[in-house]
Amino acid sequence: MASEPVQAAEPVVKRPGWHVSVVWVVPIVCALIGLSLIVRHEISQGPTIKVLFGNSEGLEANKTQVKYLDVPIGNVTDITLSDDLTHVIVTIDLLRSASGFARSDTRFWVVKPRVGLGGISGIGTLLSGAYIGVDPGKGGHSQKLFTGLENPPAVTSESHGAAFTLHSADLGSLDIGSPVYYRRLRVGSVVRYALDDDGRGVTIGIFIDSPNDRFVTAASRFWNASGIDLSLGADGLKLSTQSLASVAAGGIAFFDPQWVRSEDRKPAPAGTRFELIKDETTAMQRPRGEPIYVVMQFAKSLRGLSINAPVELIGVEIGKVVSVAVDYDPMTHRFPIVVGALLYPETLGRIFNDTRIPPGDGAGADDEERRMSVLLGELVARGLRAQTRTGNLLTGQLYIAIDFVPNEPRIAFDGAVRPLRIPTAPGTLDHAQEQISSIVAKLDALPFDSIGRRLDRGLGGLDTALSQLNTDILPQAGRALDDAHKTLGTAADTLSGDSTLRRNIDRTLEELQRSARSLRAFTDFLARHPESLIRGRPADPKPEGAGAGHD
Amino acid sequence: MNTPSRAADAGLCGCPVCGLVCDGVADPGRCPRCHCELHSRKPESLSRTWALLTAALILYVPANILPVMYTQSIDSGSAGREDTIFSGVIGFWQSGSWDIAAIIFIASILIPSTKFIVLAVLLVNARRRRVRRPALQAQLYRALEAVGYWSMLDVLVVGLVTAVVKFRGVSEAEPRIGILFFGMVVVLTMLGTLAFDPRLLWDSPSRHPPHG
Repeated sequence: MASEPVQAAEPVVKRPGWHVSVVWVVPIVCALIGLSLIVRHEISQGPTIKVLFGNSEGLEANKTQVKYLDVPIGNVTDITLSDDLTHVIVTIDLLRSASGFARSDTRFWVVKPRVGLGGISGIGTLLSGAYIGVDPGKGGHSQKLFTGLENPPAVTSESHGAAFTLHSADLGSLDIGSPVYYRRLRVGSVVRYALDDDGRGVTIGIFIDSPNDRFVTAASRFWNASGIDLSLGADGLKLSTQSLASVAAGGIAFFDPQWVRSEDRKPAPAGTRFELIKDETTAMQRPRGEPIYVVMQFAKSLRGLSINAPVELIGVEIGKVVSVAVDYDPMTHRFPIVVGALLYPETLGRIFNDTRIPPGDGAGADDEERRMSVLLGELVARGLRAQTRTGNLLTGQLYIAIDFVPNEPRIAFDGAVRPLRIPTAPGTLDHAQEQISSIVAKLDALPFDSIGRRLDRGLGGLDTALSQLNTDILPQAGRALDDAHKTLGTAADTLSGDSTLRRNIDRTLEELQRSARSLRAFTDFLARHPESLIRGRPADPKPEGAGAGHD
Repeated sequence: MNTPSRAADAGLCGCPVCGLVCDGVADPGRCPRCHCELHSRKPESLSRTWALLTAALILYVPANILPVMYTQSIDSGSAGREDTIFSGVIGFWQSGSWDIAAIIFIASILIPSTKFIVLAVLLVNARRRRVRRPALQAQLYRALEAVGYWSMLDVLVVGLVTAVVKFRGVSEAEPRIGILFFGMVVVLTMLGTLAFDPRLLWDSPSRHPPHG
């Protein structure tokens, strides 16, 4: 330290006029606590969003929660009507950690007890009251106003799988949530459906859960498995359903047809569009290719021929009837009936594929209609005709049979006419009708009157003959029977035990027995002494009367 | 002013605990009988009271904003409800129990706020040392002391309900952070009242030097 003389400083004596008491720490601490509360509240405060709902059933301000995976992420703070009184605006304060839910593709719905054919859901909310469910959006921009769903979405963003689109003529009994089956296993569900813009069909969105979505291949066939499929065929009564639930609630099934080559069974990319076929049998059929429209003109009434009646070639269905219309022929003043039908050339198989369009025709090689006309031209020249035949004798349903009809006059086939026109022949039933009518005419010509009269006379004669039989012949016959009875009695007397005849017979029989015995003795002797036949009887004493004649 | 003479004027000082009258000593003196610190006036009475009052006022805000109790019963659903003091009063009022609503209102809102105002008025008056009617003000102070513990009614209710109503799944009640703040407000106001020295009200500036 320095050795300088210490110059002591004069301490500044300050009167303790204003000094801060320690007690002020208390309000400062309190203020800090309050401040921290405010800051924490500000930090935890998430975005406020508004959701439109159709009604506010089960919702209550300051009570209903917003939950995701059952974790509360926000609270309903206010429920008001929209300005046009059509909606309910539910104001929700989201937690700060849940601010990511305020995205444009986030979906909100009310979770409450629901009882449907597909099951019961939301049982827990029976006691706890409804809450608002959330399905967070993946992308989308930040948004504050949402429209709530009426029903919980069948597919939420946390479910993995693939969505596909089906197209159908009608919805059937399907609904959101209807099951989709693969090998009778539930693998997905219907998630949405909508009418086509032109109103000519229904587009159905389905979602197949992972990992089963890989079973949907480009070759998969989807069919409507709703209800019960009851069919009566040659192999008996067949009843087929997917599951009891699908009977009631409808459902869709899909499968790869057996004839699909295995290299075609690659998983279909999500979003692939399929046709929804009306039943399994149709779905499992081979594809029949693009149909070709043909017309056939029939002269006779076609009562019993309905739309969709089959067109068969030698018993194989190759198409179906699509229209039955009346035409007028001014030349003959008749009403021929024009039947329009779709033929599926693929069902003809090789014969169609091998048909070649003659060169120089102008049509492309893939012009199926042209090929069909060439094929039909050849076949018609060989006697191919369309006929109506009765498919079902009970109901009188007709179908169109395309077959070779012998002895038909040659008809020129014009392959250039569109639509193609297949010549017709009277049906088998028509022939039968003609034959029946000729038989009836012959029957009509028979003299039933005179036959009847003669028959009547003959029957009168028969009657008298029979009465004569009754009065004359029957008593005589009775008498004859009596006589016969008597004769038989006499015969019985004759043969009884103590009659002379019987005695004589007995004696004769005894005599005969004796003769037989002596004959046996004689033959025994001869067997022992065969030489006696030549030398006579030996000298020893002999029974009497044996072989006496040989001495 | 014709006021009675004070102990300080006579150089005397009363022990606050055993009441022994001591000689007016310098401030840090001790009672010879019970060894209690002797002050002719409570030290830093005004500033302490102010500090505690300010702290109480600050805490009064979260005590009223934050929920004090969470109740859940089978009819209110699993969400339950969290009530602040005021929403509880409104809830009772709307459900028809206006008497209970009135009690809670008086005990939890009216009395605390009145306490703040009265204490503040007393403090201001004591600071000015120009007291108009010291007797009235002393009456106010006594009322303040008397009513102090009743402010804990709310805290008591919450404590009781929480302890009694525990039926899992059917009915539940839990305290919430607000009641803690409310309790602190009550404690701080009581401490403030305690820290205030009512004798300051009749210390005339002309006759006595100011004491903190």
